[in-house]
Amino acid sequence: MVTASAVDANLDRIWHVLNEIQDPEIPVLSLVDLGIVRGVDLQGDSVTVRLAPTFAGCPALHVMQQAVRDRLHGLGFADVKVETVLDPPWTTDDLSPTAREKLRGFGLAPPRRPAAEAALRLEDPVACPHCGSLETDLRNAFGSTACRTIRYCRSCRQPFEGFKPI
Amino acid sequence: MNDEMRRAAAAYVLSLGDDEMILSHRDSEWTGHAPILEEDIAFANIALDEMGHALLWYRLHAELVGEDPEAHPDRLVYRRKAAEFRNTPLVEGPKGDWARSILRQFLFDSAELVRLAELSRSAHAPLAAVARKILTEERYHDRHTRAWVRRLGLGTDESRRRMQRALEELWPLVPDLMGQRPEEALLVAAGICPPADVVQESWEADVIPTVQAAGLRVPTESVPSGFNRFHHTPDLDELLAELQSVARLEPSEAVW
Repeated sequence: MVTASAVDANLDRIWHVLNEIQDPEIPVLSLVDLGIVRGVDLQGDSVTVRLAPTFAGCPALHVMQQAVRDRLHGLGFADVKVETVLDPPWTTDDLSPTAREKLRGFGLAPPRRPAAEAALRLEDPVACPHCGSLETDLRNAFGSTACRTIRYCRSCRQPFEGFKPI
Repeated sequence: MNDEMRRAAAAYVLSLGDDEMILSHRDSEWTGHAPILEEDIAFANIALDEMGHALLWYRLHAELVGEDPEAHPDRLVYRRKAAEFRNTPLVEGPKGDWARSILRQFLFDSAELVRLAELSRSAHAPLAAVARKILTEERYHDRHTRAWVRRLGLGTDESRRRMQRALEELWPLVPDLMGQRPEEALLVAAGICPPADVVQESWEADVIPTVQAAGLRVPTESVPSGFNRFHHTPDLDELLAELQSVARLEPSEAVW
């Protein structure tokens, strides 16, 4: 018989692993930091993890899905399913407070909130992740990955990247 | 949803996916060739986004026709012949010069925004969910290409001349982009997709003044191209020969 506490212990192990799996393009962030884990179902040794895609064309998504399968198989679950959830769509407002701090440390300016408004006002300055100045300009709405913009800080005279609000 | 409605929805969704996929491939041809580095980055990103959108539509198509959503998109892209693609001819033509690519992308993105806003209220919930997801990204494309239409239209004599030429060349392809699809009547009646004329009206109210404000003349009459979603230009064959070149070397079901 599987006790309730055994199920809880297994769920804890699963969430612990999900919090260790990195976004390959922003390795300081885990799936939990990104806010893309929409739910975990556990039935015996079958697990279903529901993930919301960030940017639709982001190649990191497939890597993360595979990592979930590999790591949970590694924990001993025989059957691991990863489902894609589109509704409601993921937005940058789903990034956890921890994620925003980690992004800054990584040199990537976190997106302003709420995302729907920030997306319409992309030219508005965001704080430079290096020196904190708001004397910054948008240089390109598109950057090195689907989720980044290119910006420039006039105070410390350094280019930097920003997380694109969606 | 009965079988007839399901088939109609599948056909509609396939055309949306094919538009995104074929345009994505044309956009990707600018990678390493765009006039400035920033635009190289921008167009590579737009191409990637459009491919992601195609994937979402193809996965929805898989659900509607009862196929595996993981394997189905690759089969659709790599295993079909040109005659089986349902994209509109606007997206399949060569990238041309920068003016032509910018204008095509703007005509497409602006139409996309109107259509997606309507589809996000679709009576078929999975279709509405895909539309809402894509809409969050598509706004960035529209914003970008709209700014470029203005910049080139109001730029130098040369940039305006090229934009005007692009407008005259692409305008005959607009009726098929905006036009009613065979499956549409059934879907409109069920509230699954918007009527083509509603999309076209909102689109024209936005695009015509935008193009005029960029100093360009909208062609008053244009000869229909004679091509449509069922009758493609030879450009699509040429595009697929490249896109499918590796897949054609390995006719078995390779996993990419």
